[in-house]
Amino acid sequence: MYCRITSETWLVVFGAFLAILLRACTNLHSYSGEAKPPMYGDYEAQRHWMEITTNLPINEWYQNSTNNDLNYWGLDYPPLTAYHMYICGKVAEYLNENYTKLHESRGYESEDHKVFMRFTVMIGDVLFYIPALILYYHTCIKTIETQDGGVKKKKFKNQKKLTEIKPMSTSLSTVIGLLYPGIILIDHGHFQYNCISLGFTITAITLILKKFDILASIFYCLALNYKQMELYHALPFFLYLLSTCVPKPGQKTVWGIFRLFKIGIAVIITFIIIWYPFLYDLGELLQVLNRQFPLGRGVFEDKVSNVWCALNVVFKFKTKFDNYQMMRICLFTTVASLLPSSVDLFLRPNRKKFVLAQINSSLSFFLFSFQVHEKSILLVAIPVLLYFPYDSFTCYWFLCMSVFSMTPLLVKDNLTIAIIALTLFYCVTFRVSIEHNYRSSLNNHDGFKEYYRSLVHSLLDIEYKKATQMGIFKASLQQIIKNSDALRSLIFHCCMFLSLIGCLLIFFMSLLLQPPPKYPDLYPLVISVYSCVHFVGFFIYFNYKQLKIPQQFEDIRIEKIKFS
Amino acid sequence: MIFTTTLLTSFVKLLLIPSYRSTDFEVHRNWLAITHSLPPNKWYFEDTSQWTLDYPPLFAWFEYILSFVAVLFDPKMLNINHLNYSSNNTVLFQRLSVIITDLIYALGVFMCCKSLQKSWGKEVVLPILLITNCGLLIVDHIHFQYNGIMYGILLISIAYMLQAKYLQSAFWFTILLNMKHIYIYLAPAYFIYLLRHYCLQGSLQMNKIFSFGKLKNFITLGSLVLSIFLITFLPFYDHIPQVLSRLFPFKRGLCHAYWAPNVWALYNIFDKTGFFIAQKLNKHLVKNMTASMTGGLVQEFSYSLLPNVTPATTMILTALFMLPALVKLFLLNKPIHFLRCMVLCGLTAFLFGWHVHEKAIIMVIIPLSILSIFNANDAKIFLILSTVGHYSLFPLLFVNSLLLVKVLLLLLYTLYSFHSLSTLHTQVSPVYRFSLPLLNSIESFYLMGLIGIFLYENVVHVCLGLNNKLPFLPLMITSVYCSIGVVYCYIYYYREFMKSSDVQKVTKKE
Repeated sequence: MYCRITSETWLVVFGAFLAILLRACTNLHSYSGEAKPPMYGDYEAQRHWMEITTNLPINEWYQNSTNNDLNYWGLDYPPLTAYHMYICGKVAEYLNENYTKLHESRGYESEDHKVFMRFTVMIGDVLFYIPALILYYHTCIKTIETQDGGVKKKKFKNQKKLTEIKPMSTSLSTVIGLLYPGIILIDHGHFQYNCISLGFTITAITLILKKFDILASIFYCLALNYKQMELYHALPFFLYLLSTCVPKPGQKTVWGIFRLFKIGIAVIITFIIIWYPFLYDLGELLQVLNRQFPLGRGVFEDKVSNVWCALNVVFKFKTKFDNYQMMRICLFTTVASLLPSSVDLFLRPNRKKFVLAQINSSLSFFLFSFQVHEKSILLVAIPVLLYFPYDSFTCYWFLCMSVFSMTPLLVKDNLTIAIIALTLFYCVTFRVSIEHNYRSSLNNHDGFKEYYRSLVHSLLDIEYKKATQMGIFKASLQQIIKNSDALRSLIFHCCMFLSLIGCLLIFFMSLLLQPPPKYPDLYPLVISVYSCVHFVGFFIYFNYKQLKIPQQFEDIRIEKIKFS
Repeated sequence: MIFTTTLLTSFVKLLLIPSYRSTDFEVHRNWLAITHSLPPNKWYFEDTSQWTLDYPPLFAWFEYILSFVAVLFDPKMLNINHLNYSSNNTVLFQRLSVIITDLIYALGVFMCCKSLQKSWGKEVVLPILLITNCGLLIVDHIHFQYNGIMYGILLISIAYMLQAKYLQSAFWFTILLNMKHIYIYLAPAYFIYLLRHYCLQGSLQMNKIFSFGKLKNFITLGSLVLSIFLITFLPFYDHIPQVLSRLFPFKRGLCHAYWAPNVWALYNIFDKTGFFIAQKLNKHLVKNMTASMTGGLVQEFSYSLLPNVTPATTMILTALFMLPALVKLFLLNKPIHFLRCMVLCGLTAFLFGWHVHEKAIIMVIIPLSILSIFNANDAKIFLILSTVGHYSLFPLLFVNSLLLVKVLLLLLYTLYSFHSLSTLHTQVSPVYRFSLPLLNSIESFYLMGLIGIFLYENVVHVCLGLNNKLPFLPLMITSVYCSIGVVYCYIYYYREFMKSSDVQKVTKKE
């Protein structure tokens, strides 16, 4: 029984345990709607679903009846959630039958029940989310790197040495990814089971990148059937898989059709298995579907950092259009915003593009679609998390912003201390790892500081000869143009720094200063507009990034040649 | 590294704010109220709450200063009659006060690290081992106490001792004694080391002992220590006996409700098993003795077979077992031996003392973690003792919600110490073969047994339905199992210390 463990592996082990520790500590904080009758919050919703699923026969789960009042946290998630709640409910019943007694258990709260509920989320997280993330970083980062190695090397040769910073090491990015505060706060603080569906999605993306297309589509179906919000990620999956089925020059059409057939069958069978109990009756099926897409709720409820809520400051959409018109506007704008990245992914497929396409697709849904919740930013944050090793700073900026955009919701749940502690923990870890990264890239003890110094240095270092020949202004201008990369990264770092300082200021003002009585919603609105502006900026940036990546058929072609 | 680690640990501490807190929370709130609303001459007489002030005067002054900040958070907590008052702001203030005064601890760690030779162990491993000490996290930030600041002062004093600045060291240690008198257990080591290296510097020939320079040093040191005591006790001069009776309550029993893992836990279990066997053999005996079997609940513990233990017995035993180590220290020269002797003094007091709390093991673990980066042997004892000692703190956090937190804290800390110390002390990359690094197979097996104990306590015991019948059995098993480990460490370390000499190379580095 010999085993040698490298320090990289140790880092991941520590990171994983640390991530679980932080989650366990967050569990001690309050949940949404704690001791707030009559409606409570998401915690009570989940508990209520356990009550419904364990006490009622399966065909009554989604139906309004005397035993199942749909106005009180009626089940509005797909069947996989319902099954999960059924299992949890059975365990709850075994532990204490008061947890799930029909009608009587409504609003049940106790210290032990909280421990039980927190444990169910923790199990989901430890089983699905954390392993999926570790698996992704340890399989996908390397493959993409080697795949793009040729392109990168050429690019780097022309550049100055100082911007040649290695992408962050996989184990460091794993640790940072696991510590992302957004999902900890929502799942373990506010109380939801996002970790399960997001874990499935991450696994599906990993499998796509490792070319297990059929398994990937099955995993994605599981995610979609756990939470319909996963539709935000549907388009890139669909388009990428479709594009692999389109025959490229020199390939037979039959082959593509066969491939499409295989994937299609896998998806359909998965769906049939999951929906099996609801398939007998068409009316019932429609009712289940109807529950999941409640279009009557309006374009947004609370303050969300999407375009509609931000524009609502100057133009009152809610009063100018009725719900149906608004829906059509949303549909149109969402499709329009999806178009560039989708068309690009379909026509010029490339595996590295896939994660970016996920970011773009989910972000455009978040910004433009109908009935968006502020928690949906997690759906965007996950692909950004996956993209982190390639573009650490931008992703870090985005992830901080995503947490910031959710603060009004979390502060309402009394999670202020948790927000501060987790976010600062994340920021400090990021700072330390980036420092480490720069130190090892530049072979310098100062690391980060030295990086900035060299950037400034390269901009101001003008040769004496030139300066006397052309005049100091012209020479420095030339120097700056020559080193435009350095200038760009300097400006970028400044912007990021200022924007994050802005976040901090707004956040602490919202905590410490009372809003003027005329505008009680001032702070949530400012926060949502501030983050919306950023999200639009990120949307443009990530689209640009995706479109810049050239077409690459290789991975698809190799497989086809082997096949034929 | 110190800075980053302190920051990150502070954020974890922040996250622990809403967690379960023991009655010590109310104790300290009450002291805040007493010191804030009464004149100093009534502090040690006040007994509205059952949690009377039983720390030395300097800690009372510390609470007095804190109370001025507390007013800003919630003035209501400073009312003596508001028993068990815990508004959100009170909790926030008390928790934050612990987190912020922990900065003194970080300062102590910084000073200690600075006074050691430059090495990787000192720059990375030691700060992490000290700052993230999971015992302190459990006792201070969950259970609630102000140990961080005290251990900070202890570390400052140790740092001065390592730099051979004896007066400063003595000054800080006296301050520490005046904040919490439990540190008196470490005082013998201080006394002997200062006597040898400050008062009686140089050779020990008979005719040179009473030179003027030595006498001067002796007087300087003595007056420094005495004046600190005088200053702190001055406001209470007319009722010193009352203060002392509060500080040393011998009315409490030999063991705490939960037995600390020391010799007396073993003594108790011998008594219980003896009684159990006697009960089996002779049914008539039972009737006379059943009354004494409620020992787990009541603090007074009367023995059925073995003789009762009095405070005097414990004191004599403690002194007796400290003596050889102190004599040895007198003959040795290096500051590292001072640290080792301090560990031994702390352990002796922990093992034989009267009414020892399980928390007192931290007093041993913290000096031991400094030693652990020097030598593989010290590291080995540190690994066993910190794992066992921190595990024995588990019963403090008995609420279900903290189950995962305490396990993860211990697991992370133990994993890190094993990983870092094994890479520090073994040249080749560690190879694990049926035993943990630096440990032999029996010791590893013993530590792995803790997992079994934990599983028994949390799964098997509950599943067997013994929860109502034998509620104290898991606690008993834990303390007995842990005490075996602590006693083993004590004997091993004592032997090593008695064998050590100045000639031996102390730092075993590549």
